[in-house]
Amino acid sequence: MSGHLSARDDMRVWGLHFGLIALLFAAQYVLPDYHNGVIARVMVLALFAMGYNVLFGYTGLLSLGHSMFFAAGLYGAGLPIYHFGVHPLPAFAIGIGCGTALALLVGALALRTTGVAFMIVTLMFAQVAYLMSLWLGEWTRGDEGLTLSRDERIIEIGPMFLDMTNRDTRYVIAWALFSIGLGITLLIARSRFGRVLVAIRENEERARMLGFDTFANKLASVTISGAIAATAGAAYVLLFGYMGSTFASIQYSILPLLWVLLGGAATTLGPFFGTLLMFYLAELSNDALNAWLPDARLNQIGIVGVALILLVLFFPKGLFGSIRERWLKWLP
Amino acid sequence: MAAVTPLLVVDDLHRSFGGLKAVDGVDLTVMPGEVRAIIGPNGAGKSTLVGLICGRIEPTSGSIVFDGRDITSMPAHRRVRQGIAYTFQITSIFPNLTVFDNVALPVQRSQHHAVGAARLRRGVLEALERVGLTDRADQTAGELAYGHQRLLEVAMGLSLKPRLLILDEPTQGLSDGEIEGFIALVREIARDATVMLIEHNMAVVMSLAHRITVLSSGKVLAEGTPEEIRADTHVQAAYLGTPDDD
Repeated sequence: MSGHLSARDDMRVWGLHFGLIALLFAAQYVLPDYHNGVIARVMVLALFAMGYNVLFGYTGLLSLGHSMFFAAGLYGAGLPIYHFGVHPLPAFAIGIGCGTALALLVGALALRTTGVAFMIVTLMFAQVAYLMSLWLGEWTRGDEGLTLSRDERIIEIGPMFLDMTNRDTRYVIAWALFSIGLGITLLIARSRFGRVLVAIRENEERARMLGFDTFANKLASVTISGAIAATAGAAYVLLFGYMGSTFASIQYSILPLLWVLLGGAATTLGPFFGTLLMFYLAELSNDALNAWLPDARLNQIGIVGVALILLVLFFPKGLFGSIRERWLKWLP
Repeated sequence: MAAVTPLLVVDDLHRSFGGLKAVDGVDLTVMPGEVRAIIGPNGAGKSTLVGLICGRIEPTSGSIVFDGRDITSMPAHRRVRQGIAYTFQITSIFPNLTVFDNVALPVQRSQHHAVGAARLRRGVLEALERVGLTDRADQTAGELAYGHQRLLEVAMGLSLKPRLLILDEPTQGLSDGEIEGFIALVREIARDATVMLIEHNMAVVMSLAHRITVLSSGKVLAEGTPEEIRADTHVQAAYLGTPDDD
């Protein structure tokens, strides 16, 4: 938690975060092709998880509807490119705008409820969004989805030429967005605003009686969280060239929750490591289980489910939550 | 005090829960600088009354004027900004945060603009100093002893720099030694804030209050100086028992 850090802790915090960012930048030069692609994807999805963490981790509001914000960014950026030939850069901004506006609207309505009701209301809104993506199949092609061609994924402004089908370009853009996202969550976690969010999570009535407009603060949190999720969605369609209804489904509301839980809720680094671990865990266990039990037809969703149960039972604070509790009290 | 305008004027305030009239036509005037005690038997409507004043509960009818401004329908968090601070009857702190962060919240509320971390820190340590918790700043609030949690709660209220500080049964569960320290603390607070005190402990009430309002069944039964209240036979019958009774 923030506020009372010594100058030395302050240095450690910045050192650790810049260290991770530098490490990830350097990694592109040593990673083999396949893992290079994995890490780029993980960084984009970790951005989604970091957005989720602002609301779930710091503010203590469990949303089951974040897929709609991710999908709003995805379609908000992807559809104008696909159907109207909009330039990728403004399309990226449109995607973020769509997700942010949606988050503001859904937040204003869903925040009239609390606790379980908030979960259900966000879930219902997301379900509507998912069904919309199927219903508008003429535009979205539903589950089958749409792919952007190479020409549609090139940004050329003056001397700048970014081809997002190029492996290295993709990595650097994913890295840059991830770094910005990490910086923003770190700033929020250590700001006065962040302290108010934590206060709302810990004891909302007390926060209110200390003069904080808890509704306005929660709404700001939902909106920022949704905006970051939408940025990840918009980046996803540009970098990986695909948009489909799966990204609007409940699965993509559960996944960020799982990533954040695994890495540690209300920790700045948790979302990234949770996403990374989950990706490799699912992949390795998938391979291993299929090798041992070739006829069992196991799939990833089952493994995700088992991971979630084990996590909640034995590791409720997640990776960085436990590290903070046991060793590094200064972790933000 | 004669020419001074009152800080708080409560006029014909009502609040019922279903059929129960918890507050039933209360009039109350509190002058700046006063320590006002609200006493009365359980269920007299004391907590409801202060809940109405600080905005946690909405009145059925009546009006509340604070410092010349009608605040009857103002949301609670804005009343806090007007200068009304409330400390909870059941200790309400942020148990998982450090003592420092608990107090940093109200301090950052009262420091209107984004001032530097150093000033925030100074403000927090100042408040902790006043209640004597300075050396526990880094401790997790939930791990404090009960008496210290009560003091933390008061420090949070103080940090809002309130003009009216409402203390809802602050000495409940404190030891005799702690109560003595608490009386001294409230005296010190009362030098620059008006204090409204709900209290069962008559020794505390008698040594602190300038005026006492006695509630019974949601109505004001009597009001006056401690001496007047002590002498009032109605009050004795309703609440105090014999004069020597504690």
